[in-house]
Amino acid sequence: MSDVRLTINGREVTAPKGSTVLEAATRAGIFIPTLCHDPELTSFGACRMCVVEIKGMRNLPASCVTEVADGMVVETDSPAVVEARKTILELLLANHPADCLTCGRNGDCRLQDYAYMYGVKSEPFGGEKHNYPVEDDNPFIIRDMNKCILCGKCVRACAEIQGKNIIDFAYRGFDAKVATAMDVPLSDSECVFCGNCVAVCPVGALQEKALRSAARTWEVKKVKTTCPYCGTGCSLELNVKDDRVVGVTSCQGDVNGRALCVKGRFGFGFIHHPDRLQKPLVKKNGTFVEASWEEAINLVAEKLQDIKEHHGSDALAVLSSARCTNEENYLMQKFTRVVLGTNNIDHCARL
Amino acid sequence: MTNSIKEIAGADFILAIGTNTTESHPIIGLQVKKARRNGSTLVVVDPRRTEVAELADLHLQIKSGSDIALLNAMAHVIIEEKLWNKDFVNGRTENFEAFKETVKRYTPEFASEITGVPAETIREVARGYAKANNATILYTMGLTQHICGTHNVFAVANLAMLCGHIGKPNSGVNPLRGQNNVQGACDMGALPAVLTGYQPVTADEVRAKFAKAWQVDELPAKPGLTVGEIMEGAAEGRIKGMYIMGENPVLSDPDADHVIHALSNLDFLVVQDIFLTETAQLADVVLPAASFAEKDGTFTNTERRVQRVRKAINPVGEAKADWEIICAVSSAMGYAMKYASVSNIFDEIASLTPSYAGISYSRLEEGGIQWPCPSAEHTGTPYLHKDKFVRGLGKFNPVEYIPPAEQPDEEYPLVLTTGRRHFHYHTGTMTQRTGALEVYYGTEYLEINPVDASALGIAEDDMVLVKSRRGEVRVKARLTDVVPRGVVFTSFHFPDVAINKLTNAAVDPLAKIPELKVCAVKVEKAS
Amino acid sequence: MSYVTLTINGIKVTVPRGTTVLDAAREAGVFIPTLCHDPDFPHFGACRLCVVEIPGMRNLPASCVTEAADGMEVYTESPAVVEARKTILELLLANHPQDCLTCEKNGDCRLQDYAFRYGVKEAGFQGERKNYPLDDSNPYIIRDANKCILCGRCVRTCNAIPERSVIDFGYRGFNTKIVTAMDTPLGESDCVYCGRCVTVCPVGALIWKSLAGKGRVWEFNKEEVTCTFCESGCLFEVVSKGGKNIAVVPKAPGTGRPLCLKGRLGLELKYLDDPPAPQLKKGDTFVEVSWSEALGLQEILPKLTGKNG
Ligand code: SF4
Ligand code: SF4
Ligand code: SF4
Ligand code: SF4
Ligand code: SF4
Ligand code: SF4
Ligand code: FES
Repeated sequence: MSDVRLTINGREVTAPKGSTVLEAATRAGIFIPTLCHDPELTSFGACRMCVVEIKGMRNLPASCVTEVADGMVVETDSPAVVEARKTILELLLANHPADCLTCGRNGDCRLQDYAYMYGVKSEPFGGEKHNYPVEDDNPFIIRDMNKCILCGKCVRACAEIQGKNIIDFAYRGFDAKVATAMDVPLSDSECVFCGNCVAVCPVGALQEKALRSAARTWEVKKVKTTCPYCGTGCSLELNVKDDRVVGVTSCQGDVNGRALCVKGRFGFGFIHHPDRLQKPLVKKNGTFVEASWEEAINLVAEKLQDIKEHHGSDALAVLSSARCTNEENYLMQKFTRVVLGTNNIDHCARL
Repeated sequence: MTNSIKEIAGADFILAIGTNTTESHPIIGLQVKKARRNGSTLVVVDPRRTEVAELADLHLQIKSGSDIALLNAMAHVIIEEKLWNKDFVNGRTENFEAFKETVKRYTPEFASEITGVPAETIREVARGYAKANNATILYTMGLTQHICGTHNVFAVANLAMLCGHIGKPNSGVNPLRGQNNVQGACDMGALPAVLTGYQPVTADEVRAKFAKAWQVDELPAKPGLTVGEIMEGAAEGRIKGMYIMGENPVLSDPDADHVIHALSNLDFLVVQDIFLTETAQLADVVLPAASFAEKDGTFTNTERRVQRVRKAINPVGEAKADWEIICAVSSAMGYAMKYASVSNIFDEIASLTPSYAGISYSRLEEGGIQWPCPSAEHTGTPYLHKDKFVRGLGKFNPVEYIPPAEQPDEEYPLVLTTGRRHFHYHTGTMTQRTGALEVYYGTEYLEINPVDASALGIAEDDMVLVKSRRGEVRVKARLTDVVPRGVVFTSFHFPDVAINKLTNAAVDPLAKIPELKVCAVKVEKAS
Repeated sequence: MSYVTLTINGIKVTVPRGTTVLDAAREAGVFIPTLCHDPDFPHFGACRLCVVEIPGMRNLPASCVTEAADGMEVYTESPAVVEARKTILELLLANHPQDCLTCEKNGDCRLQDYAFRYGVKEAGFQGERKNYPLDDSNPYIIRDANKCILCGRCVRTCNAIPERSVIDFGYRGFNTKIVTAMDTPLGESDCVYCGRCVTVCPVGALIWKSLAGKGRVWEFNKEEVTCTFCESGCLFEVVSKGGKNIAVVPKAPGTGRPLCLKGRLGLELKYLDDPPAPQLKKGDTFVEVSWSEALGLQEILPKLTGKNG
């Protein structure tokens, strides 16, 4: 593949032939704001937030759909570009609810980022506002179409990542809206609640229900880990506030990219479920009573030792776990073979 | 898996056998959908018209348990029509003649009788598979690739070798693992006959190596009992004490009443889990374990990728990480186990396990690594068997179709098959307690074909009794043609629909896999 | 010292006699929201956000001014309490600009925190908005009286240094406002720009000009440093974003420490790669001055360096 040379903001840069101006700039560490673009989805070129000035071109082209060419001279922050972006933001904000005060995406919202960056204020009483009811009848996703900026990322994510076509653009003009077929709630559609649309939404139009009502974006610590459910091994980020897992968000995983399924994204509630065992239990006269760790461990050690001495090692058996870590399975078989002295170890994974 | 998950999207022919991929492995399902969008052919073999079957070019609605007949018949067609890969078979495999001999009698017409799939369809699928550039076979069964071969897996492997669809990118034989760390539990030697990395306990030099590293004089040489044999032993009183970590055999194993009886028969049972599961309730001592969010470690996924688990919060209450508990028990029994952190445990694993030797926590910070990874410079192995098989030449293992141990009869006229649901996982211990999943998908039901239902006077949402020779459960009926006539389906995620009270504990003699997929039942309206 | 024992949401707690219910709750690890309360200048009791329910008391008392008593039973989140807090927040928001989108305080604002906590959206009442001009009259502090919730914390902390006492409440009713002596902009007042008021303001009514437009609070890292110019040892924070130090701001000084502009400028010079040129008021206007003048070193510096500063 051959490279082309172009100039961005006075800097000479090279980019592979066929790449977009946006990609070339990103590679060179030059930031261009985007709303409808996503590197993993097909390009759409609709929001025009990413416009740049290119010498010799009459209008300001959208950098996410403009191919680089040899000798191109690009300005990403010229006065004309900044003016255009401000206008776009003003138009978007004119019919956007002034709701950051309590919005779940406050602090992690592209519209807000760019409004701050370009000093565009919201006008609470400016343009005509939508008055759609907020859809929150399912336990996973909140849809607030009043906040939707019609970037279409969710539509593309559902089609291109999830391979479903649950949502699409509907209606025209001011009434244009992202909707399911027949505009029914997600819960009445074939939606599988993977939340992959939520993961790409740049604003607060789609939100993870539990997470966004439990914490503000700046309060959470994110810890990258591996999903505890199926054997696919998706990477995800646990969102932690006050030593509690309050939600899950996507990160870039080796296996899954940003995609997750409903279990990985919304199935974390068991961690803090009141049924969690919090203390060792020892059965006395048929009922469990709480015990100290010392008491419980000593009892286990004594009983296992006793059986080993009286009935031999092979009277003992261990079931290890396909849900525990490698390290734990390793120690369990080491313990079984060295301490119990038997190879009677298996797990229930054959099922 | 012999291949990576992402390679599925690059296959031009996918044969999915008994896997409802989009529901039970949604993210792998995405790769299947991607392959479809790229124009590849998808053939699904499943008695139910599952979600992935809806996507398929061809859905072979085969009779439960007749897969071998189908696979052998495909091989028959491929050999007969000279579509097999001579270079691969001659250069990389052995025992072809015996295989050829066995499949000779599996004409498509013969197989059609057994499977219910038209002979012409079998021919078509066989030709499609053989002629593809890259063909991949997906199936779920929770097998250990290297040691517990079963007849089904042999049949699949035979077919792949016959066409040379193995040992290259996008082409291979790919079992999809049910639980997050089945692969890792097997790799780590949580199996009766092998130590880590499938090193046999029967090999003297292997035991000597481990004994030296673990600073003991000797290790037991006799292979141990499998889970089914352990339960059998407990029921018969030969096994007196058991230690169960993070498993719930009362719900997940076949013939639940038998498991309960076996566990109750023990002198001493200790269960270590995050919840007081149905199994834990039978224990003498229950030890509270930390969840995945509360500890460090690694999981190995179905494509052999070792990935980090990171501690996000402190254990709830007084719970402790499983590895800490094992260390405490071991130390209390006189064998001191002390590790400053889990990365030290991992280093010990790497030092004893050739396929993990090059992996370390510092490398895993950069991303997951697929074993075999023999050295710190090795970048991991996206697909297996590149130039040769682990044992050198790939061996054809001819297998015959054996009918399921339990066939429907007059008294129990329906076939019950079990499986997974999109919104739930395994025995439901976790997914029943999320505050979300169980709210949306709160009750289990029995799928039954409308024709069968009307014959039995059963309507949608009726409470029905499902009875087998071993037990009965109550469940609501859902009328759907997702299941063909004669078959009913449900999952095992819901404790109040403990479907494994009905299933058959008869095991495959080689792999010891119980016949969870097939058992004979009768269904009647509950009063 | 004598002690009293009370229960808060069912938790028993023992505290010295004279402790407020608010402090007792904090002792018990129970959170009560406050707006006007300042631990350094307590007993103000104006915003009433900290109300609690105490059976036997007729109204909902403000916990920040109510003394804990033996045997008292306190409920901090009872339905009546939550209702009261919601009403207070709705009233505050009714004439508060809907400006979080670009407000510098977004992400570190008590009004916002509590609106989120109690699920109060603006426009419960669509109140009259204030329309005060932004006070941008000096190089250090931006005042936006439209966002002021009249908690009075700035007044109390400023007046704690008698020779400062620059601001106070002015006017009445809806027009009540925090003002300087003649309601002049801050730049024309006797303000010394120590920033005591900014450190305590719970909302975006008082903000640092040095940080305006530089980033959102969640992008910042803060590291505490101690000023060594005088023996008071006031505490400051070096604010950084993306690994670069961008400003130095003081922490609330309480009663013990005065805080001063000179200290802050000195720390900016010390910690920032390119500190903004210091400005001092000469006559009616602010002019850029040399660092030695800003730090009051003109006289000693030449002696130290042997050159003219
Ligand atoms: S979507 Fe963004 S801009 Fe809109 S209210 Fe939410 S945080 Fe503010
Ligand atoms: S949750 Fe998944 S299936 Fe549902 S609309 Fe979003 S992307 Fe589509
Ligand atoms: S819901 Fe979000 S992702 Fe979808 S079009 Fe609206 S703003 Fe874009
Ligand atoms: S997110 Fe879904 S597909 Fe991915 S590992 Fe978890 S359960 Fe499996
Ligand atoms: S300016 Fe700030 S501190 Fe002062 S009264 Fe207003 S809100 Fe309170
Ligand atoms: S002061 Fe607080 S509530 Fe008001 S606009 Fe600023 S951040 Fe929002
Ligand atoms: S904090 Fe108690 S009245 Fe304001």
